[in-house]
Amino acid sequence: MSTAPMLSVDNIGKSFRGLRAVNAVTFQVPRGDIVALIGPNGAGKTTTFNLIAGALPLSDGRVMLDGRDVTGLGQARICREGVGRTFQIVKPFAGLSVVENVMVGALRYDGGDVAKARAASLDILNLLELGDKASLPAQTLTLPDRKRLEVARALATRPKLLLLDEVMAGLRPVECDRMVAILQGLNRETGLTILLIEHVMRAVMALSDHVVVLHHGEKIAEGTPSEVTSHPKVLECYLGEEHA
Amino acid sequence: MSAAALLSGRGPRLLLALLAALVAAPLGVGDYALSILIAVLLQAYLGMSWNVMMGFAGQFSLGHALYVGLGAYASGTLFVHFGTSPWIGMLAGMAVSAAVGSVIGLLGFRFKVMGVYFALLTIAFAEFTRVLFDHWGWVGASSGLVLPVTNRASDDLWLLRGSPTMFYYLILAMTVGGFLFSRSLLMRRIGYYWQAIRENEDAADALGIPVFRCKMIAVAVSAAMTSIGGMFIAFFSNNLFPESIFSMHRSLELILGPIIGGVGTLFGPILGAVLLTAMGEAFTLMGETIGIDGVKQIAYGVCLLVILILKPGGVWPWLRTRFGLDGGGK
Repeated sequence: MSTAPMLSVDNIGKSFRGLRAVNAVTFQVPRGDIVALIGPNGAGKTTTFNLIAGALPLSDGRVMLDGRDVTGLGQARICREGVGRTFQIVKPFAGLSVVENVMVGALRYDGGDVAKARAASLDILNLLELGDKASLPAQTLTLPDRKRLEVARALATRPKLLLLDEVMAGLRPVECDRMVAILQGLNRETGLTILLIEHVMRAVMALSDHVVVLHHGEKIAEGTPSEVTSHPKVLECYLGEEHA
Repeated sequence: MSAAALLSGRGPRLLLALLAALVAAPLGVGDYALSILIAVLLQAYLGMSWNVMMGFAGQFSLGHALYVGLGAYASGTLFVHFGTSPWIGMLAGMAVSAAVGSVIGLLGFRFKVMGVYFALLTIAFAEFTRVLFDHWGWVGASSGLVLPVTNRASDDLWLLRGSPTMFYYLILAMTVGGFLFSRSLLMRRIGYYWQAIRENEDAADALGIPVFRCKMIAVAVSAAMTSIGGMFIAFFSNNLFPESIFSMHRSLELILGPIIGGVGTLFGPILGAVLLTAMGEAFTLMGETIGIDGVKQIAYGVCLLVILILKPGGVWPWLRTRFGLDGGGK
């Protein structure tokens, strides 16, 4: 096993015309860790995700996955290299059933054997407590279920690194705790490395080994959850100067 | 899926009964009814071919007459000039159509020409080709290509010279084959990938699907399937004119069946073809009875509108859920 971190983001940046959405962001996600990316709205978190996943081309910087340079590879290639992602604005295959949605991710394995992909997908759906909804059309799911479907679909691609973009949003506290438990279980049992964007601090505190804070496209702090939540710059950007 | 599972359920049993009736049809119906059945099956077959690209993979072509024409001219020209069997001509037509479809796909998909703009690109290619064939002496240019009609006394399956009954069974076999082929496509990996691309291309890409390659396969398969229909038209009608075979009108007529029946469904193109032909025949009769010109066209148009307003997803998805015909496929 190589000693390189699972993900190493080196000085990445993205400009949309004049707007600098992400600027010189550097951080690492160690193998087997759960790292959270937090920051106020518009901090550049989702853009950072899109840069890592290859959904957007980088303006500058380098992305290394498991010791391999994946900079500039497209989204599909990066997925095949081992990055599974969810979308903040969910993108289910609305006309397909729930299990078929997941199968699309699983069909890359076993030579495209549909029966095996279906079985593997049902396992994943059961894990995410969507098993009883497997044959429903995806468009009938509620938003929390759609978020779970996003996770299931990404897991079906058997990623080494899972990128979760606000999968707790809209979940009730109990559901949120269930999702935290599921993710912790996956992390513990399969060694899955997870990078998540999250606003729900309850989940961030429970899950993360390490937290990276972005503000105005730049990294302003990183550390353990308790370190960053008491960091003056972090308090300032969330609550204003007088609270810091 | 096992044969037993395939035959269980209401849908499949109805389908088998329908097939049996169609196989027996030439024994009991006259020449006119047979010609109607041939027209229905031809429209169903062409609709299914288009459905692979639009219905399954979500890539909108408005120029499928192009592949009909290429299939017709490839087999027709080889037959007229060299006496080549249409079966070999068919393979040539499939290859040419798949190649031309791939060029259109390459241009469209590589340069992100999407949706209606992609449809415009397909129209442009069909129209270019029509003009090209209109001026190409070797294939008869605008005065057309006529296939010699001989040996009508007995059916020659190798050269496809024969009676309407032979052509009826040929188009029936093509339709059944097209249905089974479409069904097998939907049930394998490529079918799932196509549907994922149709539903959300970005999400499909994020799941590691080779989107470009899958779309190219969809165009090539759809084009090759369509060209077989062209071969049928060439040998059934015995004359080819660029003006009609490549016409925009044919491209539109071809997609009407699946749209009425249900885009992306397996049975929709067949049901659509039946409904359209039934409407056409009924309104022709009505027009003749009333004796006013244009009544047929107006009634036909109104009927299409009503169906599309009431059942925008097509008639088949509604019928299927209404009468529990599931199991016969999508």
